[in-house]
Amino acid sequence: MSSTTPSGSIPAAAATPVVVPLSRAGLLLFGTALLAMLVYYFIGVDQGAYSIFGADTHIHEFVHDGRHFLGFPCH
Amino acid sequence: MEKKLILRGLLAGAVGGLLSFVFARIFAEPQIQAAIDYEGARDAAQEALSTAAHAHEGHEVFSRTLQGNAGIGVALILFGMAMGALFAIVYSLCLGRVGRIQPRNLSLLVAGAGFVGLYLVPFVKYPANPPAVGHEDSIRDRTDLYLLMVLASVVLLVLAVVLGQRLQARFGNWTATILAGTAYLVAVGVVMALLPQFGHLAVNEASYGSHASETPLPLTDSDGNIVFPGFPADLLFDFRLNSVAAQLIMWAAIGVVFAPMADRLLSPRTAKIPADPITA
Ligand SMILES: [Zn+2]
Repeated sequence: MSSTTPSGSIPAAAATPVVVPLSRAGLLLFGTALLAMLVYYFIGVDQGAYSIFGADTHIHEFVHDGRHFLGFPCH
Repeated sequence: MEKKLILRGLLAGAVGGLLSFVFARIFAEPQIQAAIDYEGARDAAQEALSTAAHAHEGHEVFSRTLQGNAGIGVALILFGMAMGALFAIVYSLCLGRVGRIQPRNLSLLVAGAGFVGLYLVPFVKYPANPPAVGHEDSIRDRTDLYLLMVLASVVLLVLAVVLGQRLQARFGNWTATILAGTAYLVAVGVVMALLPQFGHLAVNEASYGSHASETPLPLTDSDGNIVFPGFPADLLFDFRLNSVAAQLIMWAAIGVVFAPMADRLLSPRTAKIPADPITA
């Protein structure tokens, strides 16, 4: 039981190669991330502190319990 | 490959969201209803005191039944899918760029990072609150601070991983991980110490005095007699504990459901790499 070395004493698995190069997948990953953050915003924030559709509160009221439970500020 | 990974991330996220919804429906909804009942009774008591009106609009857009079933269900499942998508993106970017981590283990690590970075660390500073806890006037400030805390937590977590990888060459995996983890905790602690508590926001101090949080205190009449109790401490704790549990369930499900799918998707490629007899 000597001290840890960079190679380590536990046999490592074969390294996974880069399978998603940014040059090819960058746009798709970026677009998906944007969509995901939009969903995050509409469930957690919209029609509370900020509102895209003015004074309407339907989204806020519908996801209301989830908003509280997921940890977002509300009320 | 990236499309397949994202689709599997969405699927894992939907499963995680569904499981956390089942948990929420059973354990959290009764507490949310109790908090709303407290709020209603408190508003009535306040009105009876006829102090400076802080009237609550009583109109309901959706019934409580709809909010407590369909509403929270849609919210948690969509949220799970969004987190599953973000998870898959980070997972895809990590593949082949973070050293010798098996596809399945990487799945658990990325899910753990999502839980800690996106939810748990922000929660420690600004914990989840049930209805009735939180002043309407401060919603903008509270939202800004919460999102800032999430952003700081995620950025610092990414920096900590980069730091860990730099240190790995010199100190090895074990020590580098501990050093980077400690650096993350210290950095996140500094951010927490710098950001204000909700109760100390200017808008709150102006109308409620100096308190750490917005949790409703007992209501008193002009003589100082308590006429309505403060928010029940046990209810607040149980709601928060369940909030953590639901996110834990969701992220654990994402990591565990995604892992075997990613393994199947990636194993032919890993197997092709020669000179290492240990594959399982
Ligand atoms: Zn609310």
